[in-house]
Amino acid sequence: MRYAEAGYYLEVDLATGNIERVATDPKLMELHLGGLGTSIKLHWDRVPPEVKAFDPENLLVFSTGLLNGTPVFSANRSVVTFVSPQSGTLVYPMMGGFFAAELKYAGYDKVIFRNKSPDWIYLYINNDKVEIRDASHLQGKGALETQDLIRKELNQPKAQVAAIGLAGENRVFTASIEQSRSSASRLGGGAVMGDKKIKAIAVRGTKDVYLARPEEFMEVMKGVTEYIHFRNNNPIQDVMTIMSGIGSPQEMKHTDEKWHTENFAWGNARTRRRDFWTDEIDASWTKSQLGAVKRLISCFNCPQHCGALVAPKDAPRYMAKCFGKLTYAMAAYVDDLDFGWKILQRATEYGVDSFSTPQILAFAVELYEAGILTDKDFAGCPSDKEGRFFWLLDRVVRREGIGDVLADGVYFAARKIGNGAEAFDHNTIKKHEQLPIKLGTMDPLYYLMLSTNEKISITQMEGQWPQSAFPTMEQRENFVRDWPQLPDEKFKQWVLDWEPRGEKSIPYYPTPDIASEIVDWMEMMHNIDDACGMCCGMSSFCFKPPYHIHNYPLLISAATGMDLDEAGLKKIVNRNRNLHRAYNNRKGITRADEKPPADHWKKRFPELEEELLSTYYKFKGWNHDGIPTREKLEELDLGYVADDLEKRGILKNGQN
Amino acid sequence: MAKIKKKIRTITVNADKCNGCRTCEIMCSAFHAVPPYSSNNPARSRIQIVTNRLEDIWLPVFAGEYTESECMGRNKYIMDGKEYSECDSCRASCPARDLFKEPDSGLPLKCDMCDGEDEPICVKWCLVDALIYEEREEEVDEEKPSVSEMEIGLESLMKKHGLQKLLDSVARLSEK
Repeated sequence: MRYAEAGYYLEVDLATGNIERVATDPKLMELHLGGLGTSIKLHWDRVPPEVKAFDPENLLVFSTGLLNGTPVFSANRSVVTFVSPQSGTLVYPMMGGFFAAELKYAGYDKVIFRNKSPDWIYLYINNDKVEIRDASHLQGKGALETQDLIRKELNQPKAQVAAIGLAGENRVFTASIEQSRSSASRLGGGAVMGDKKIKAIAVRGTKDVYLARPEEFMEVMKGVTEYIHFRNNNPIQDVMTIMSGIGSPQEMKHTDEKWHTENFAWGNARTRRRDFWTDEIDASWTKSQLGAVKRLISCFNCPQHCGALVAPKDAPRYMAKCFGKLTYAMAAYVDDLDFGWKILQRATEYGVDSFSTPQILAFAVELYEAGILTDKDFAGCPSDKEGRFFWLLDRVVRREGIGDVLADGVYFAARKIGNGAEAFDHNTIKKHEQLPIKLGTMDPLYYLMLSTNEKISITQMEGQWPQSAFPTMEQRENFVRDWPQLPDEKFKQWVLDWEPRGEKSIPYYPTPDIASEIVDWMEMMHNIDDACGMCCGMSSFCFKPPYHIHNYPLLISAATGMDLDEAGLKKIVNRNRNLHRAYNNRKGITRADEKPPADHWKKRFPELEEELLSTYYKFKGWNHDGIPTREKLEELDLGYVADDLEKRGILKNGQN
Repeated sequence: MAKIKKKIRTITVNADKCNGCRTCEIMCSAFHAVPPYSSNNPARSRIQIVTNRLEDIWLPVFAGEYTESECMGRNKYIMDGKEYSECDSCRASCPARDLFKEPDSGLPLKCDMCDGEDEPICVKWCLVDALIYEEREEEVDEEKPSVSEMEIGLESLMKKHGLQKLLDSVARLSEK
């Protein structure tokens, strides 16, 4: 009997059409938990570093997390892993929604695709019956549209479907995988799916998921539930409204967007509009949002309502969450939120990442205004800001004309266009578009998070630590009160000592040593979430979340029957983190790649930044180049990884 | 006629508040697992969320009676501009669909209001208050089945199995 996990992978060879249900080694859970952890292990074992994103050998893995399908609230994320066409590294965009649990109920922990299909197909998983079905009639259909068409065609209203739109079909590097109200967006999962000619995966599962020690499990759940009630009724004080609660930022609910619109940069991550949020804008945006949002909705087994059913003026309905309502409007310098809702609808059906795509479009507009792209490139493009963005989006997802160049993202497009375009690529890290934020003074925590994480996306790293120092001691004391989520009491003092100005402020405080501990803790919590399939909105991405290092071991132990304590859990996710790092070291990632954009902060401190990185690497057990040392790897039972890195000359023997 | 007290148990379903999370399905199936909570499987749940996301339909429906045959027609209802199939709100475990049947055996499922618990488990775990439980007592006349009602039953058994078989059964049962 397997607990929490299903104990089977589904292996699909798209070249031959062979499908196998393969029992997994129970030891894998003990070593890597599940989700991202066991997926990294799979890629390490089976995809050598020579394999590129669009090679047939690139595996595309859809994974459940260890706790998906158990009664624990908000464990609903699917983790998709593959070598990215954009960054060239092993990446892991995730999606909430309903897919992962359904896959577990169908009896699988993962679906593993290898090779490419000669024709457009979709995979239909109905418990033990799995079919590769023709999808030629779905080619060109929208990503949302496809989901309903498949449910209808199968007469399975309860099937959950993950699909790509036109962008994925055309291997656009920012193509997403859309599913219900969620999407796995970053770094081109849709493009890899399209490259393999998989239009969609539909799953229906009606099997049981087992718990090893149900009474104990429900006892922990009781505490979690009480805490969710408490947090929903007691928002955190002295922080922005959207950060005060739990769940992903409640941007379908809250209409006050002063913070995003005035602190994030508009256009191609270019302009901060500090006086944007006037009473007039407030009234018009509130009206637009209340008119567009039909209902607030959740993902599987989650009491929050982070998403919404959106019915924009003059456009079909779709579902959305978080910051996407703003990204296109802000990138296009359009002050009308109705535009945001409308273009997001088209972008969702096309299946593109709403964080990186608007920046690519804004980048193109800047190049046009600078005379680097010409009227010839923009032939047929409307001259108004709104029309221009729709036109560019259409070109990109179809890879038509200049759209074909832009479809590879800002980094590659800039180099292909040349003629000075490289200077306009000012907001990418490891070739990936970042959130459009440009700030004043270098922040040591953000410096480390932006530079080093394999996700290459700050929202999957930050979360539990305040974004800036509280001005008054009273606010600090309030914040540190009732904070059981911390791994250690000493963290509280760091909040108390942290000043907005002066000696104990950024960039020198938190010090490199303290910054290392804080960042490592936040990253560890994300890694636990990603192995368990937990939504970071209910865990590592918010202040004082329901799940933390002290109750996770209890939940995992009761669910699986493994006796896991805090140290044991830390060791497992540390192992996963180092295996992932080693994988990407094999793909060429070193210290030289680990830096935020040059203009991310106005005031930079090169020596301090080097010290930060060195201190953090050392704390992690990595050498000067950011590569895990043999000692560290052996401590985590990853001696075989050290051997491999040494064999390839990435770790120099004896040098550590 | 003597008065007796009858417990009336009602779950008010506020479908407008449902966020479509399906926690009710998970918890219902977990509670009814043997031993309780040892497994869960929403397909075994006696409450199901009928969903049509883009149509803004999230409708919690409870398992009711088993029926041998499906309806002759499929009526549609349009309410507030949303189109519902008649089946959407039907509680029957019916041959027309998979809903409210054990997925492995196909045996019908029926909501038992979690008899013995303070409140039904689905209500307890619905954190968005889409399900509200009420219990009240009413005084009703004590009804005893009349002879004629019993005879209607006997007559149908006789028609189905024949008089002799029925007599044999009655004789055998009365010896016990």
